[in-house]
Amino acid sequence: MELLEQIKARIESSVPGAKTDIVPNGTPSQQHSLLIDNAHALAVAHFLRDDPTLRLDFCSNVTGVDWLDRVVKKTIKIKTVVDGFEKEVDQTTEEKIPGYLEAVYHLYSMAHKHGPVIIRMRTEGRAKCAPLPSLTPVWRSAEFQEREIFDLYGIRFDGHPDLRRILMWDEFEDYPMRKDYVQPDDFEWEPTPHDEVLARAKQHYTARPELDGAEKITSHSDVATPDK
Amino acid sequence: MSATVQTLEAMERPPVTMTSRLEGELLEVSMGPQHPSTHGVFRMNVALEGEIVRKLKPVFGYLHRNHEQIGEHTTYLGSMPYTDRLDYFCSMTNNWAYALSVEKLAAIEVPERAQYLRVILAELTRLQNHASLLGFLLSDMGAWGTPLMYAFREREKILDLFESLSGARMMCDYMRFGGCRVDASDEWLAAAKKIVDRFPKFLDEFGELILGNEIVIARTQNVGRLSADLAVSAGITGPMLRACGVNYDVRKVDGYGFYPRFKFRIPLGEHGDTYDRLMMRALEMRESVEILKQALALIQPGPILNSKVKIRAFRPPVGEAYGRIEAPKGELGFYLISDGGPNPYRYRVRPPSFINLTILEDMCLGHVVADVMVILGSVDIVMGEVDR
Repeated sequence: MELLEQIKARIESSVPGAKTDIVPNGTPSQQHSLLIDNAHALAVAHFLRDDPTLRLDFCSNVTGVDWLDRVVKKTIKIKTVVDGFEKEVDQTTEEKIPGYLEAVYHLYSMAHKHGPVIIRMRTEGRAKCAPLPSLTPVWRSAEFQEREIFDLYGIRFDGHPDLRRILMWDEFEDYPMRKDYVQPDDFEWEPTPHDEVLARAKQHYTARPELDGAEKITSHSDVATPDK
Repeated sequence: MSATVQTLEAMERPPVTMTSRLEGELLEVSMGPQHPSTHGVFRMNVALEGEIVRKLKPVFGYLHRNHEQIGEHTTYLGSMPYTDRLDYFCSMTNNWAYALSVEKLAAIEVPERAQYLRVILAELTRLQNHASLLGFLLSDMGAWGTPLMYAFREREKILDLFESLSGARMMCDYMRFGGCRVDASDEWLAAAKKIVDRFPKFLDEFGELILGNEIVIARTQNVGRLSADLAVSAGITGPMLRACGVNYDVRKVDGYGFYPRFKFRIPLGEHGDTYDRLMMRALEMRESVEILKQALALIQPGPILNSKVKIRAFRPPVGEAYGRIEAPKGELGFYLISDGGPNPYRYRVRPPSFINLTILEDMCLGHVVADVMVILGSVDIVMGEVDR
């Protein structure tokens, strides 16, 4: 198979205006990926699928990744003149990378039996329902997997034929695979809460009447007094 | 197979052109989640015109426990027993796929004996998965019990092997990064050889029982046809893809493990219908038996775990890796992103049976309700993997 640099050059010459970047991968797996810009993503995907030497007709894996705001520290050595002598001094620079959501596609070719070519798309920021173009019109296998990303990460795929929640129920509101997701503390009802669960439950359970000696689980101050 | 099988052309079965008195009137039926033929808790919202399916929307999530997030909160080793619970029929191949991804991430070598053991266990898994799938499929068609018990009798022998090796019948947790957990004794290998040598006899018997059966042919041929183009585009993998005539098997394409050392063939279908999918399983079992015979003859004593690997407190380098294997149900992949810590930053399972359901609606449209069960049965799903 061609090198990723060659693929990048051919994409940029075949799809006018498309910008791609190679995202290096430091592990021994050597699976580097190609970051494509959202505006031309559909055209690039069509090119990757239909180009006769690539023929990436099989989109194996589609998944989301959540990246929070990060600070990357870089230390470089610079030469400065201290007291008339030239010295090497470490200078640490901090680069703030704002958070984003990512969709990753692993592409293979069943016709030529090569691969993977990995492409990524990134959203602007981590807002609720941040948009990305859907690649389901190119690879049908992305249909359920993009729905899953929408469900668990909250990326809205524009152009998807049937974008609904798939694993969580329709009324669910949050995106559970996001890194800043907080579990609701009353998601599991326990008939006899104890320890940590009791502490959490106190915020939610209403007091039971003491008519049959039923155990109260909240203190008197928490009990809502009925209107007289 | 020794049974004589009528071809599709000879049958001249007309396409489904049933008309109903309820023409134009659609009835929405919710099939599942508690339905004996949905293989777990799977639901289909079906719009019916009389008995004919006009629309079908699968509903997932009844078994969803966010496996991927749990994997992100657990160490690399801690996720290994949890992968057993994905496709709980094939824990050995789940272990292998996960171990393979981590081995790619950190460039871990696997010793020779462990590679052979992996192949042996993966192919035994394929045998018991395919055998029980055929049994379940016959069950869905109304052949209650008998074929399934024939298949389970064989499956039980293989599960006994798994139990004596790993301590558990189904939740084996057998593989580790850089090898396997416990070594197989000579007695175990001899017992495995005995079971493998007797397996073709079961295949002959089972083939005679079902593959030429008139009812099976009538219920499966020309039902749920899938074109090769759609199958490739929809990312269908495994026996379901090869039933459409597409020659793509990760064992041959990637040549992971020691598969390039073995001589085996890839059965291919012609029509992409339910019968071809059924046949794929029957023929693949024959090839698995061939691989097993070769592997059991070639395996030599030696270490089973790469001693350089620090399995506990394991921290791979920063980056990512995607590893995939040919699981009995299709391409099973694990995508891992490491941030250098003890837990994966991102842990993703590529579930073959989930993605194989993408075209369930396309296969079922125009068929009667009773065919939906058969078509679903031939996809081979396990909800532990679909819902994760």
